[in-house]
Amino acid sequence: MIKLEPRGERSKAMAYASPVFAFLLTVLTGVILFSSLGINPWHALVTLFYTPISDVYGLTELAVKATPILICAIGLSVVFKAQIWNIGAEGQLLMGALTGGVVALQLIDAEGFWVLPLVMISGVLGGMLWSGIAAFLKVHFNSNEILTTIMMNYIALNILLWGVHGPLKDPQGFNFPESAMFGDSALMPILIEGTRVHFGLALALLAVVAIWVLMSHSFIGFQIRVIGMDHGAARLSGFKGKHLTYLTMLISGGLAGLAGISEVAGPIGQLIPSVSPGYGYAAIIVAFLGRLNPFGIVLATFLMGLLYMGGEMAQIELGLPLALTNLFQGMLLFYLLACDVFINFRLRWSGPRKPASALRTEG
Amino acid sequence: MITDSSPLRLSLRGITKRYPGCVANNKIDLDIHAGDIHALLGENGAGKSTLMKVIYGLVKPDEGDVLWEGEPVAIKDPAFARQMGIGMVFQHFSLFDTLTVTENIALALGKEAGDLPSLAKKIKAVSEKYGMTIQPDRLVHSLSVGERQRVEIVRCLVQDIKLLILDEPTSVLTPQEVDTLFETLRQLASEGCSILFISHKLQEVKALCHRATVLRAGEVSGHCLTENEDAASLARMMVGADTPITATFAKQFGTEPVLQVKQLSIPSESHFGMSLKDINLTVNAGEIVGIAGVAGNGQEELLASLSGETLSPPGTLFFKGQDVAQRRPNHRRALGLGFVPEERLGRGAIPDMSLTENSLLTGFLMNLLRKGFVHWNRTRNFTDRINNEFQVKTAGREATANSLSGGNLQKFIIGREILQQPDILVAAHPTWGVDIGAATAIHKALIALRNQGAAILVVSEDIDELFLIADRIGAICDGRISPLTPTEHASIEIVGRQMAGDFQAAS
Repeated sequence: MIKLEPRGERSKAMAYASPVFAFLLTVLTGVILFSSLGINPWHALVTLFYTPISDVYGLTELAVKATPILICAIGLSVVFKAQIWNIGAEGQLLMGALTGGVVALQLIDAEGFWVLPLVMISGVLGGMLWSGIAAFLKVHFNSNEILTTIMMNYIALNILLWGVHGPLKDPQGFNFPESAMFGDSALMPILIEGTRVHFGLALALLAVVAIWVLMSHSFIGFQIRVIGMDHGAARLSGFKGKHLTYLTMLISGGLAGLAGISEVAGPIGQLIPSVSPGYGYAAIIVAFLGRLNPFGIVLATFLMGLLYMGGEMAQIELGLPLALTNLFQGMLLFYLLACDVFINFRLRWSGPRKPASALRTEG
Repeated sequence: MITDSSPLRLSLRGITKRYPGCVANNKIDLDIHAGDIHALLGENGAGKSTLMKVIYGLVKPDEGDVLWEGEPVAIKDPAFARQMGIGMVFQHFSLFDTLTVTENIALALGKEAGDLPSLAKKIKAVSEKYGMTIQPDRLVHSLSVGERQRVEIVRCLVQDIKLLILDEPTSVLTPQEVDTLFETLRQLASEGCSILFISHKLQEVKALCHRATVLRAGEVSGHCLTENEDAASLARMMVGADTPITATFAKQFGTEPVLQVKQLSIPSESHFGMSLKDINLTVNAGEIVGIAGVAGNGQEELLASLSGETLSPPGTLFFKGQDVAQRRPNHRRALGLGFVPEERLGRGAIPDMSLTENSLLTGFLMNLLRKGFVHWNRTRNFTDRINNEFQVKTAGREATANSLSGGNLQKFIIGREILQQPDILVAAHPTWGVDIGAATAIHKALIALRNQGAAILVVSEDIDELFLIADRIGAICDGRISPLTPTEHASIEIVGRQMAGDFQAAS
């Protein structure tokens, strides 16, 4: 019989190995899935994970896909460290896109270096507003942030839809639910000529470094980690729980907003109904897959971006539905959570007992 | 007095129980005769709890035999143990606050309880017979801790009982209540019931028990007749040969008041909490004030209002003459407060964080910060200083707090607070669950801090500890604090009466 047995101490090795195991198990399940669909699994895996990045263009596209996910995920790593479960990066991203987009649309003909920063800041503020509401509800009414942030995702999406179907619709747009294209001064500069890699990627990497410094070297970051691990200890040391709740929610919301405005002022160039194919949700998986560690999150982001591109590729080459991306995302998270059990537990075969030799005594 | 000729009730032969990474019990033999009061002695972590769980059927031993009245048995679960006539009183009671005594006992007995009115009669009869008056229809939350313990004991006695196991039963009692409990236990034993008395308090063991089995590090370090031993020789068996175990400290009187509590009343927020009522207390520079008390009499609330976790009305709390009633914990620390909370893992130290990070947790005012950034090098040095000066046994400063034993973690926390050179140190249960060697080290450190002129307040349930280190002593009961007496003029008897709420009991 197999038994789960507490390890007594967290296994550090397992904490790092778990995402790797989760990925392998996901691939294995994929193989079974493709075989039973009558598709050559090797071919399918190559299509999913290799073909999209088999050329330079593919690699740059991966960077484009990775940008919003990375910005959201690095922000989420901060709140999650505080054990506040902001599931609303998607809504905060959409609000960032919307508010930043509205500002950009007012400035279509404006010129000057100040236009883009203004648009970006508006986007960040939009995201902060959205997460700030959830933080306010949590601090003052003890509302569960998981529920409020999820609900606010739908509100944000519907406000965006209302906007592009109504007041923000391009008058010359043949009644398509899209805004006008933003003016040139409101668009992100391209980083690598001839590709779609834009300034947002630089911002994303900057955010990664900034968050790493915040969490590993600042006293505020230390307080955030403490409050996530033990409220009692934080109170006894005089750390302000309510302030930290606001701070972490605003950081993650602001960064999600930045991701949103970087998309619409970047590769998209206008407000459309489908600003995000679920980047905000993918970022949750990325944050956990990367162990809330900045470096880990960068790696996980590229895997997740690859899944998005692989899903599109599989649709074209193998005729598989785009839902394949979601399926793989779901499996990845599922297996990750399952493997994480082994950080604190180990499997034990209970059968004839071996004599214990090198055991130390209690206490 | 019981002799070896009285029949064996319970025998353990070679009981071994392993847990991952440790052997809790290693080849333990134990004989308990009918009518015997048998002590199981040992420090925290010596394996006492595991052994009694084996006897009560909560833990299955990996090896070894259990013989009950000469017959080998496998005690598969507590229900089976109860059927055989084994009763157990745990350190932490398993009673429902909102039910009556009778209902609680009925729940514990299950089908054997019978109907409630006749059970109530039985409870009354049993409790009177053994001098432990309880009213069967009282709600448990209205009972004192001592009374709750009686409920637990009576629950065992309403069945036919042959072996009663008590786990550290005196830790929640006033000295007078302890005497009453011992009377009851002696009466039970004289009727032929065997008693297994688990404790680490040597005087009590000598006073009550006929025989003792001493455990150390999971093994039996000795069987003895208590009349042939004294407290020192029992302590030796508990801790081994090379641990210092005794110390006495000169008493001294403080000079100027440093910590002052004036007419502090805080109504309890929760239904089962304790309100603080008109507390007046002064701790002077260069003295240790000890507050005794049975758990749940307002200690937690008092400590929280001193640390700043709960704020109090202005004008009720002063540090060095400054009103701090409305200041937050970090401001109070800046004014010279050090604080050792009752929970080591949790409030005192964060289990999954390294010692370095844990030293930053309250040590951040030790010049470890630079413009909002952590100076990790200085923090590491500070951690090393704590570990060296307080002899914390650890794999290093990057070891997580939960990898330390209780005693070592307590030394770390005390060291972290003392090295900040506080003018005021508030320590809750500073040696609770700590082995004798570590406890002595902690006491010495507190005395050294006192001699440097700090004002120290120690809240403890261990009255012997308070008599050892406190210069003035008092008790907390029902949210009030008794007048303080110089320890030299106080007696255990008087403090015991104060613990029970009789504040007139001053010398």
